[in-house]
Amino acid sequence: MTLYHYLILSAILFGIGMYGLLTRRNAVGVLMSIELMFNAANINFVAFSKFITPKEFIGQIFSIFVITIAAAEAAVGLAIVLLIYRNYKGIEVDNINFMKW
Amino acid sequence: MFDLAFYILAVLILGSALMVVTLRNIFHCALFLVLCLFSIAGIYILLEAEFIAAVQVLIYVGAVTILMIFAVMLTHQLTGKTIRQVNDQPVPAFLIVLSLLILTLLALSKTAWEVTSSSGVSPSATELGRALMTIYVLPFEIVSVVLLVALIGAIVISRRD
Repeated sequence: MTLYHYLILSAILFGIGMYGLLTRRNAVGVLMSIELMFNAANINFVAFSKFITPKEFIGQIFSIFVITIAAAEAAVGLAIVLLIYRNYKGIEVDNINFMKW
Repeated sequence: MFDLAFYILAVLILGSALMVVTLRNIFHCALFLVLCLFSIAGIYILLEAEFIAAVQVLIYVGAVTILMIFAVMLTHQLTGKTIRQVNDQPVPAFLIVLSLLILTLLALSKTAWEVTSSSGVSPSATELGRALMTIYVLPFEIVSVVLLVALIGAIVISRRD
């Protein structure tokens, strides 16, 4: 397995996540697509860490930070989704525009 | 052997990711997300990053998808199959993603990566922990404060007055 295999896999995964991000109406579905994109970036970090800087393993350290921030993002995002559902009885992102002037 | 494992994991990841973004029932999407994240943990093991794989299983498969399933359950009317889940722009979105993918793959093939041969020097959890506590101690502390603030914020946002 070369570095290219992992990079191509991660690029396709990022593309799938971006497609979901652009087409989903459900806010929870949007958050799931964002998780896919985070994971694509993480595969890149770990692959670079193995193939380019195997001694310093910077990529692995950084992917730990990415996972932490993704957990925080999921917690805050789902809290916002629940709040919007409670107040507006729906979480379709094309209806949520009450913060737009 | 490793090649076969990689291709099986890649097919699992991409197939379940496609299911995540295309299925109508959002609860099934959450279950396929679990499969996708679990296969990504397998990819980390192939990349000799066992600690990252364990963290992936604990945090993503264990915690984040449970949060997602909780949110799906609490917004129950949305799991119904009659609700349209896709907005009006799948074709432009597909074109954008396709062009992004082509650009990315072109850039990948044009770049000369300085690949160094790694002969069995995969860092153990001990070395990772030591690096986090010495060189990277400032970002480590900052990210812990960020996590604390985010969790308090989530509680404040979602509680009833």
